[in-house]
Amino acid sequence: MCLFQSIMNYFPEEVLEHVFDFLTSHRDRNAVSLVCKSWYSVERCSREKVFIGNCYAVNPERLIARFPRVRSLTLKGKPHFADFNLVPHDWGGYVYPWIEAMAKNGINLEELRLKRMVVSDESLELLAKSFPNFKSLVLVSCEGFTTDGLAAIASNCRYLRELDLQENEVDDRKGQWLSCFPDSCTSLVSLNFTCLKGEVNVAALERLVARCRNLKSLRLNHAVPLDVLQKILAQAPQLTDLGTGSFISDPDSETCAKLKNIMKKSKSIRTLSGFLDVNPRCLPAVYPVCTNLTSLNLSYAPGIYSTELTKLICHCEKLERLWILDTIGDKGLGVVASTCKELQELRVFPSDFYGVGNAAVTEEGLVAISAGCPKLNSILYFCQQMTNAALITVAKNCPNFIRFRLCTLDATVPDAVTNLPLDEGFGAIVQSCKGLKRLSISGLLTDQVFLYIGMYAEQLEMLSIAFAGDSDKGMLYVLNGCKKLKKLEIRDCPFGNAALLADVGKYETMRSLWMSSCEVTFGACKTLAEKMPRLNVEVFNEGEQIDGSPDGRHRVEKMYLYRTLVGPRSDAPDFVWTL
Amino acid sequence: METSLGLLNSAGGGGGGGGGGGTLDKNTAKVEKDYMGMSKEPELELVEKGKGSAWGEYGRILTAKDFPNGFSSGRNAVSAGTKRERASANSVDEGSASSPAVSQVVGWPPIRAYRMNTLFNQAKTSNVEEDKGVGGNENDEQSKKKMNHGNDKNDVVVKERGNVGFVKVNMDGLPIGRKVDLHAHKSYETLAKTLEEMFFKPSLTTRGGKEQSVQPPKLLDGSSDFVLTYEDREGDWMLVGDVPWRMFLNTVKRLRIMRTSEANGLAPKSQDRNEKQNGKPI
Repeated sequence: MCLFQSIMNYFPEEVLEHVFDFLTSHRDRNAVSLVCKSWYSVERCSREKVFIGNCYAVNPERLIARFPRVRSLTLKGKPHFADFNLVPHDWGGYVYPWIEAMAKNGINLEELRLKRMVVSDESLELLAKSFPNFKSLVLVSCEGFTTDGLAAIASNCRYLRELDLQENEVDDRKGQWLSCFPDSCTSLVSLNFTCLKGEVNVAALERLVARCRNLKSLRLNHAVPLDVLQKILAQAPQLTDLGTGSFISDPDSETCAKLKNIMKKSKSIRTLSGFLDVNPRCLPAVYPVCTNLTSLNLSYAPGIYSTELTKLICHCEKLERLWILDTIGDKGLGVVASTCKELQELRVFPSDFYGVGNAAVTEEGLVAISAGCPKLNSILYFCQQMTNAALITVAKNCPNFIRFRLCTLDATVPDAVTNLPLDEGFGAIVQSCKGLKRLSISGLLTDQVFLYIGMYAEQLEMLSIAFAGDSDKGMLYVLNGCKKLKKLEIRDCPFGNAALLADVGKYETMRSLWMSSCEVTFGACKTLAEKMPRLNVEVFNEGEQIDGSPDGRHRVEKMYLYRTLVGPRSDAPDFVWTL
Repeated sequence: METSLGLLNSAGGGGGGGGGGGTLDKNTAKVEKDYMGMSKEPELELVEKGKGSAWGEYGRILTAKDFPNGFSSGRNAVSAGTKRERASANSVDEGSASSPAVSQVVGWPPIRAYRMNTLFNQAKTSNVEEDKGVGGNENDEQSKKKMNHGNDKNDVVVKERGNVGFVKVNMDGLPIGRKVDLHAHKSYETLAKTLEEMFFKPSLTTRGGKEQSVQPPKLLDGSSDFVLTYEDREGDWMLVGDVPWRMFLNTVKRLRIMRTSEANGLAPKSQDRNEKQNGKPI
């Protein structure tokens, strides 16, 4: 035992615990757990926030056994490509067993954050009734529940602070879930129900807002009309984050005038979103808050056209995060570039994908942003076309990218000027951005781009690839080169068994690997599964019964493998075969 | 004699998107834009990749592609950044070999299903998700019921908003126009139905709500002498149904039921599209 360790062991555990309190990141806490047995023990008994990136990597029992004092749990379920309908319905990711186990074991759960999981009303009811101190529920891209489940949460969680529903598919049961918050509930700090499609009881909403004096974040759904928004804002000048409901009114009406006045007084608002239904002529009402905005999400506002968008953005000089639709156009991005000097994150979503978009943005917009916004570190950019020259310029202008995701609307489009693959462009990005952690590439790409990625992307943790590469070499460059790779997702690439099996040990250092519509065969997957017992190798071919043993030479349509401590899962549906 | 509006091809919502399945010919020069900002693209070759079925089966709103003979004039075409209609009427004009069906790659471009549903599927009544989507068939029933209830609430809401939702509707040949409240509708289908009831007396066969099989579908596919058009914010007359419902609401100024013969170039579309897209009766 080294000197340092013996000194540390001299301190009573309480001191260690106190020191560990300062470690908030789960990575740091995971690291200290590995130092020695006593540190592991102290750490595990004191950890309150647990992050599980793949719910099938462990199970509820192990969670509870290791972290008996857990108060906040974050769980992620389905693979990322589930967002794009690539994962069959019913694949899995159920939260119920977790809630059930924690309830049975007397866990004092206060916070639950779920992403891409299946959440039933029963789960929500059990959650609401089992944890008296429950404070915070955040659901992102989940499904399986209805407003009845929300009613249970509202009715039973006496100290609820946060109910944050982001982009979930919720069945609206026309119940009065919002009215279920008892009059005694005054603790809400954050309420986001934007993704609910149905009507809400606006009177109940107004009363709720009026009595929750600590409410900081309120995001409404499209069913809340403008005049109600105005009344709510008048009651809640302390709001820092606002998502509008329906933003439609006669711009000359008293309602609009009142709204503008209220906005002038809402000096705390830093984050703004909504506008799903909008009369753009009412937008000037929000100009007063624009000057202080740091975060603006207009990516669900297709009714705001380019000119109105740019007029609005001109007021937003402090913007750090901007999510918009490509209706803004390259010119509009130019305005962003000259106005938003503090910009760190930009996402440009497609507004029209019925065909060859004409509202789309091109490489010009991206270059303009890179030139004008020196603090840019995160980008998601759906574009009509791209060039190597542009990417090289962007790489030079912005060496600080942590996340770089480029999606050409046409998956295999070459350089718009030279017709060459976009290898050199992305190569420049990975070479220049030494801190790059997440990368999505698209367009016409050969094995060469993967050579660059393997060579330069040393910090890369997540890579998304589609319709790219020529041979197994591509995948091998990445697997061999990216030492910190955690998640690799590949679709429609000519990568096969040789690449898959070259370094089987690699997969235990990663969270997961997804391959669909590639050249991998059933036999290879089986081989991999046999060699690596601590991986779950799931194979699914849709619509096909996996009966008996399929031919080993059969190509696998979809494969998802992930490291796990608990072996094959018991809730896999029929079409999923864990080898 | 019964006439009905030639409004929309399909009852489906807009989920048929996912553009990007196409592959441009390698020899394609850089896309030129004419003075209107319209892309003049050579023949597009839509290459079917992967399965495409789940994506393509998404109900979709009728678009200009369903009018293979194109629009009346270039005025209707898009200028970049302000209109969301499909200028691909041009590509179709050039005699593209592809079928009107938009053959798409499943999951490309990679857009979250939630975003797709929110922005592009408002007009749908039947959400044909099969086993790919979330919620499956239960959601269909729920959302349909919800829409029925929703209409009641909307009446109240409309009053609060003032007259924003009411637009004039004129029909060729009738000197007196009507007004319809757009905010009382959540989709093109219900709007079409209302307009039909307004302008065309129901025939002798009374429909009992559920029994729709006697009637031809309202959302027409070409057997009508009329098409529904609208004037947008910029003063252009457009065919109703191209853009997602929400966008339409934000841009429409007034409606006109136009004689098909006057909507020069607007050919009646084929019948087939209509079949599977038409939702169940509300």
